Amino acid sequence: MTAADVTSDSNLAALRPPASNAGFSHRSRSRALRNLVARVVMWLAFLIALVPLVWILWSVVTKGGALLLNSTWWTNSQRGITDRMVGGGAAHAIEGTLIEALATAVMAVPIGVMTAIYLVEYGRGRLANIVSFMVDILTGIPSIVAALFIYAVWVTTFGFQRVGFAVCLALVLLMIPVIVRSTEEMLKLVHNDLREASYALGVPKWKTIARVVVPTAFSGIITGILLGLARIMGETAPLLILGPYTKDIATDIFGGLVPTLPTMINQDRTEVLQPAVDRVWGAAMTLILIILLLNIAGRLVSRLGAPKT
Amino acid sequence: MKIQSRRRIANVTGVALVGTLALAGCGSNNNTTATSSGSSSTSASSTGCATGTLSGEGSTAQKNAIDQAITDYQTTCPGATVNYNGTGSGAGVKQFTAGQVAFGGSDSALKSVPVAGATVTEQAAADKACGSPAWDIPMVTGPIAVVYNVKGVSKLILTPAVSAKIFNGVITTWNDPAIAAINPGVTLPATAIKVFFRSDSSGTTENFTKYLAAAAPTAWTAASGKTWTGKGEGKQASSGVSNAVKATDGGITYTEWSYAKDDQLAMAQIDNGGGPVELTAPAVSQALSLAKQAGTGNNIILKLDYTTKAPGAYPILLVTYEIACSKGKDAAKAKLLQSFLKSFASSGEQAKLVTIGYAPLPANIQGQVNTAIAALS
Amino acid sequence: MPNITGVSAVDELSGPERHGPPQGNRASTGRLGDRIFSGTARGAGILVIAIVTLVGVFLLSQAIPALAKDKVNFLTSTQWNVDATPLQFGIANLLWVTVLSSALAMVVAVPLGIGVALFITQYAPRWLRGPAASLVDLLAAVPSIVYGLWGLQVLGTHMDGIQGFLIKIFGRLPLFQDAGVAAASTILTVAVVLAIMVLPIVTALSREVFAQTPTTNMEAALALGATRWEMIRTAVLPFGKPGVISASMLGLGRALGETVAVTVILSALAGSAPWSWSMFNGGETFASKIANNAAEFDSPQKAGAFMAAGLVLFGLTFIVNAVARAVINRRKAFVE
Repeated sequence: MTAADVTSDSNLAALRPPASNAGFSHRSRSRALRNLVARVVMWLAFLIALVPLVWILWSVVTKGGALLLNSTWWTNSQRGITDRMVGGGAAHAIEGTLIEALATAVMAVPIGVMTAIYLVEYGRGRLANIVSFMVDILTGIPSIVAALFIYAVWVTTFGFQRVGFAVCLALVLLMIPVIVRSTEEMLKLVHNDLREASYALGVPKWKTIARVVVPTAFSGIITGILLGLARIMGETAPLLILGPYTKDIATDIFGGLVPTLPTMINQDRTEVLQPAVDRVWGAAMTLILIILLLNIAGRLVSRLGAPKT
Repeated sequence: MKIQSRRRIANVTGVALVGTLALAGCGSNNNTTATSSGSSSTSASSTGCATGTLSGEGSTAQKNAIDQAITDYQTTCPGATVNYNGTGSGAGVKQFTAGQVAFGGSDSALKSVPVAGATVTEQAAADKACGSPAWDIPMVTGPIAVVYNVKGVSKLILTPAVSAKIFNGVITTWNDPAIAAINPGVTLPATAIKVFFRSDSSGTTENFTKYLAAAAPTAWTAASGKTWTGKGEGKQASSGVSNAVKATDGGITYTEWSYAKDDQLAMAQIDNGGGPVELTAPAVSQALSLAKQAGTGNNIILKLDYTTKAPGAYPILLVTYEIACSKGKDAAKAKLLQSFLKSFASSGEQAKLVTIGYAPLPANIQGQVNTAIAALS
Repeated sequence: MPNITGVSAVDELSGPERHGPPQGNRASTGRLGDRIFSGTARGAGILVIAIVTLVGVFLLSQAIPALAKDKVNFLTSTQWNVDATPLQFGIANLLWVTVLSSALAMVVAVPLGIGVALFITQYAPRWLRGPAASLVDLLAAVPSIVYGLWGLQVLGTHMDGIQGFLIKIFGRLPLFQDAGVAAASTILTVAVVLAIMVLPIVTALSREVFAQTPTTNMEAALALGATRWEMIRTAVLPFGKPGVISASMLGLGRALGETVAVTVILSALAGSAPWSWSMFNGGETFASKIANNAAEFDSPQKAGAFMAAGLVLFGLTFIVNAVARAVINRRKAFVE
């Protein structure tokens, strides 16, 4: 609770001496005016910030919402559907998006969590500083550069096919720093008394971390992972150059093209044929919904099990 | 209790994971109810089906055509999956050469002379990637429409010279005397001309600049190629430029008939010297009958006559090819490719494509194409 | 607490109660389990180092040969012709478009973000604070391709009037000259979309910093008879300044590297297009250049040219992020 909560402007005005002096009252009026202007400006800033949000959500819902009410949208793929046909669904892209995110998480989460454990529980000295610095660098890598790197290694150097797994590799680069930073925060929040109590009972350090520290911070770590997932699901740049689209259900990330919602949008984003346009916005809305759900899940988890320190 | 809440979370997470996996198994490819109405006239049944998955990439000029062909083929052959990504002819050739796709879509045949700066020809690189000669197989003709969006102007005639000057930025407003002179009776506004071009490496660009260079050699001095050398602003893919013109007053671009039709854009009549010609199916087939086979054997390359003055022949055409290995590395995929191309080239399918803005191959070429497809292995 | 924007001030503003767990060998028993566990943790850290080093070395090793063959000045040339031999490529255009679009975005996003953050922490009624913060955070949940789509097809159709107005008033200045590019696809439109995209980042961090202004400072200002605005000016803003700067820098880093929204909206220009300073021009940023030319990476030489551009982008964002971090660290020393 801040002071401003308790003391409103009107209370303050009442505390001030009555404005008997003409010069003071003049100055006071200009101060009050400035105060009022500032208040109006802040409200305006907030309202202006809401404009794009409402506008974007309105566009997406009105242009793409209708398709989502159709049950085939959630169960069918786009196989056999051309831009001039109505029908089909986004099941292939939804599945692809989830599978790629899951595969990315399987790779990124252990590395990220263990790195965070290293930094918080073990890290001292030069190596820890370097690791921390490298995580900062990873945070700053633009997604297109990560994609370019994987493309250069995977396709140009090794001559492999562009498959879903290559996309996952690029996404791993983007997800690791998110996981490290959020896990690190959560581990730091675990009270030292817990660790010390454990040591005092003769529990070895690794067991203390695995059985006391990590479980205490567990919900926070999960939240971080869910938010990291939400982040990479909306990521399109690596998909542009590594993940060609297919209209079919394809879940084998090593075997070929895996369709995702961002590539589904990208594929037809310039189309004018109404069925295709509807599907583009429908896919956009689906993607936003999934990301939102993950965010809400993340918040719920963190609220349910916030570490009691 | 801390431990209880922890367990609860673990359960929640577990449920979420299981849910994800469960969902991952329940999608369906079965869109038959939606497709059956549009694919009754397919003649692919005679082709014999193959199974498996096949990926192609490239030309956006043929994307509408190949999407239709794929849909029809997959209806007949439910065990087969063909993917096509429209990323531009340049990408199609490159990804084919890089071994990333089983066939490349391109609006110009593989070149046998090195492009400026390159040491290896496209043909040689593709042959090397295949381990056997790579063939260009023409599939469908896509006339290039010059589309514009000028308020109040529904009819516009362009000569090669004026087109060239518009596209290289010499003429900058719609009421320019040069345009007015060839469009008597049309009220042209003073709107600025906004030229849109293909920012990706595109066969449409190559064919259109070839046309300009051939038909208006004095006005269009820039080189012709897949990369745009004129003026204007670039958009990706045929649908991108078409969409931009639709959204911009004063806009003009070159795009395939199919997209012009879809966007309901106004198309300019082209006057090569034999009088203005509207873009219609007969005008296209008349121009197409003048095309010559320039390839050897089963490598079929059509040479188009851009300078034709024949009355009623629409001169700006492109022929879009599928580039394939004559001997596929993967026998199963080669079989699938052969089966798919056979269905694509069948007269039933070709006739169907006319309704969405393409022209069928001339009869004499059609025979050669069938021979080439039969020779694929 | 991590939030939706992926940035947080919590770890950067360590309070006295968080000195970290006991470290070193005293806590470890040297048992096998300990050695394995610490080894794995250390291994993960080393893996991160290895990954970053690999990325850096690989990009450099591909970029350097291409740079060596570059026949024009890499930094000052506006040409980009990687198909020809000799290679000719320079980044002047890319750098200008990248910097201009991001800078314009920051001009919009930073004041607005500070305003929103002050609103949420100081002005909003108590019941509105949580929802208001969540609403602004929601902007970060919109994927960039949706921003691109919306920017081009919805926002873009309304940009004509604004740009015409600006050209009419400031048209004589090079920055405001009419470049003949469709209003939906100009640098300005991109900048507006980028501003919306970085707004939640700027707001979230500023908000956290403002909320941590010591109550004593604010109460002191109010007790001296300051109005709320004067209290903000004398207590909240000075305290939050480094946080706001670093928030802006993190936002800028995001704007510089944004790929898909820019690629979708911005019109590319022909190679022969004349140089223009105008914000109503088209062009390509580093990121959109790479994304537009994905198919061109077929030869190491060409890929090298794009990697050189990617490295410059990487360097730019790194410097910006480093500045943000340095500002925060200086503040940390100051606060403690």
